[in-house]
Amino acid sequence: MTGADALAAVLALPAGGAVLLALLPGYRTSAWLNVATSFMTFAAAAGLLVLDRPPAGDFLQVDDLNIVFIVLNTFVGFTAAFFSASYIGHELEIGRVTPANLRFYHAMYQMMMFGMNLALLSNNIGLMWVAIELATLTTVLMVGLYRTHEALEAAWKYFILGSVGIALALFGTILVYVAAQPVLGEGMPSMVWSNLIAAAPRFDPAMLNVAFVFLLVGYGTKVGLAPFHAWLPDAHAEGPTPISAVLSGLLLNVALYALLRFKLLMAANETAVAPGPLMIALGLLSLVFAALMLYHRRDIKRLFAYSSIEHMGIIVFAFGIGGPLANFAGLLHMVMHSLTKSAIFFAVGNVTQIKGTQKLADIRGLTQSHPVLGWGLVLAVLSIAGMPPSGVFMSEFLVVTTSFARMPALALILVLGLLLAFGALLMRLSGIAFGAPSDGDRPMHGSLAPLWLHLALVYLIGLHMPQAMVSWFQTVAAMLG
Amino acid sequence: MHGLEFDIAHLLAGSLVLVSFMMIYQDRIYALLNTFALQAVLLALAVAWQAWIQEAHHLYASAALALVFKGVIVPWALHRIVQRLGIHREVETVAGVVPTMLAGMGLVALSILLMLQLTAAAENPLAREDLAFALSVILLGMLMMVTRRNAVTQVVGFMSLENGLILAAAGAQGMPLVVEISVAFSVLIAMIVVGVFLFRIRERFDSVDLESLDEFRGERR
Repeated sequence: MTGADALAAVLALPAGGAVLLALLPGYRTSAWLNVATSFMTFAAAAGLLVLDRPPAGDFLQVDDLNIVFIVLNTFVGFTAAFFSASYIGHELEIGRVTPANLRFYHAMYQMMMFGMNLALLSNNIGLMWVAIELATLTTVLMVGLYRTHEALEAAWKYFILGSVGIALALFGTILVYVAAQPVLGEGMPSMVWSNLIAAAPRFDPAMLNVAFVFLLVGYGTKVGLAPFHAWLPDAHAEGPTPISAVLSGLLLNVALYALLRFKLLMAANETAVAPGPLMIALGLLSLVFAALMLYHRRDIKRLFAYSSIEHMGIIVFAFGIGGPLANFAGLLHMVMHSLTKSAIFFAVGNVTQIKGTQKLADIRGLTQSHPVLGWGLVLAVLSIAGMPPSGVFMSEFLVVTTSFARMPALALILVLGLLLAFGALLMRLSGIAFGAPSDGDRPMHGSLAPLWLHLALVYLIGLHMPQAMVSWFQTVAAMLG
Repeated sequence: MHGLEFDIAHLLAGSLVLVSFMMIYQDRIYALLNTFALQAVLLALAVAWQAWIQEAHHLYASAALALVFKGVIVPWALHRIVQRLGIHREVETVAGVVPTMLAGMGLVALSILLMLQLTAAAENPLAREDLAFALSVILLGMLMMVTRRNAVTQVVGFMSLENGLILAAAGAQGMPLVVEISVAFSVLIAMIVVGVFLFRIRERFDSVDLESLDEFRGERR
């Protein structure tokens, strides 16, 4: 098996899986086939890590930057599929979905994985846009899966805002082509990212500036940055919980990845406006805004959706500061956030099935009634709030120390936002986890293994980050400039 | 670049902007759909003209797609949907026509100022003006989306926005076919999605009016 085979497998497996799942009746087989496909995709992605990388072509490439994203993407895709397989059967029993819906759901799951993997592996700004559009459309359909009043409105809102975002991103992409075309010539070469980055110093800076504004607003909408975040809490709250985990853990990262690619392009051109300050401003705004919004939540999934906005703010802020250390911190924070937030949604899925509600006020005393689930949730929320010794603490600590060294005034706002979010999450956590348990519990169906697997990873990395991973991330951070 | 070739391209792109303005003041859904069809036909002409003067034959495909799909099929399908679901025939607007028109004029001025200044160094005057017109159409489409309450009119606003994108892509010299097809293709998918949505919304409620969905505002109580 060569690197080229592994690359093909990462894309072909989910695409083939989607077709197969669309044809297969019977949700039990489909659910496990979904898990098997996701696992094989993850294995292929892990293969890319060790095998020789295929050379970059006009459409696809594997480099130091996207390999981090692709391994993370396929890993969380696999654990979320595993959780979904144990979880979704119960949704059928209580009549929230029909068997036909489930068939559609599993096919769409692989379709979405295909779209995200393609976006991450593309070496072509046009292809990347198409892939992100594909991932967006499939997630819109998934969010509307339950067909309730709320789910439809959430999906509609997501569809409209997502489409406008993606349309603006396309306009930005066209402008990048217009900037590249006098230098690289007409046709395909002017859309290939590796050509673009090599020739970027000779592009017209004014055109690049405007293009980046469109790309930042467009892809920023998909990242969930305030003030373009309005779709995010609804989409997280009303869709099936495994999809909330995938949205927070993966889809936001894919949009972030696109943004990073264009940030590199901007940074390569010395006369163009520096992309950093714009990203810093949006990042801080998202962080502080989301931290304040955390205090008013009544719905458990909305609570953690706002927490995702907060963390994407921190990550964009870190990449906006730039430099090896801040990039390292941003990258690590992105990985830790993906693992922790999807773990939280795995736990929340179980909680909502047990309690039959998403209302925070009706969920109490989980550590007493369901110790394994309850303590898992406590550990996960402590981690996302940034308590040591979790990996999130380490990455947040790095972001804070770097920003104090580089721009102390902004670091104060950062710390304020972090503390606000910390307070809100702990306040909510004490209500959910401790005290007298609320009664009327139903049996638990979802598997707890993915939750604890993610937690183990997050805390192990927090306690001791393996040297191999450190040097790997350092290489990527250096590449990000 | 001959004077006449330039003038015709200019005329077609400019008329797209004009039709965008016409869409803003339509107060009947059927009239709005017809105006949208007109814009799609003009887009097809503009793209075909670009294909002719750039000698980029793949652009004819995009033009044909715009003509058949957006000029005929989509308006027809939306006509049917409006008829079958018994949606209000009036377009419900957030703001009056006059403020919306004024805002639209501001947006066009903005995009022309931005784009012409930006491309001042470019040797091809056509690409410059095309980008300016395209951005105007995009911004007017967005304006329509935010000032309309009804789901069908929002979809029309979005498609008008996409028209602007295709105009921009066609105006960019030699932009590869892959992207154009995918643009058109994604519009198709988007329509399917919308179709499914309209259907689903119909399944649950008697109206596709978003106002009726609005009683739910974010937070469960």
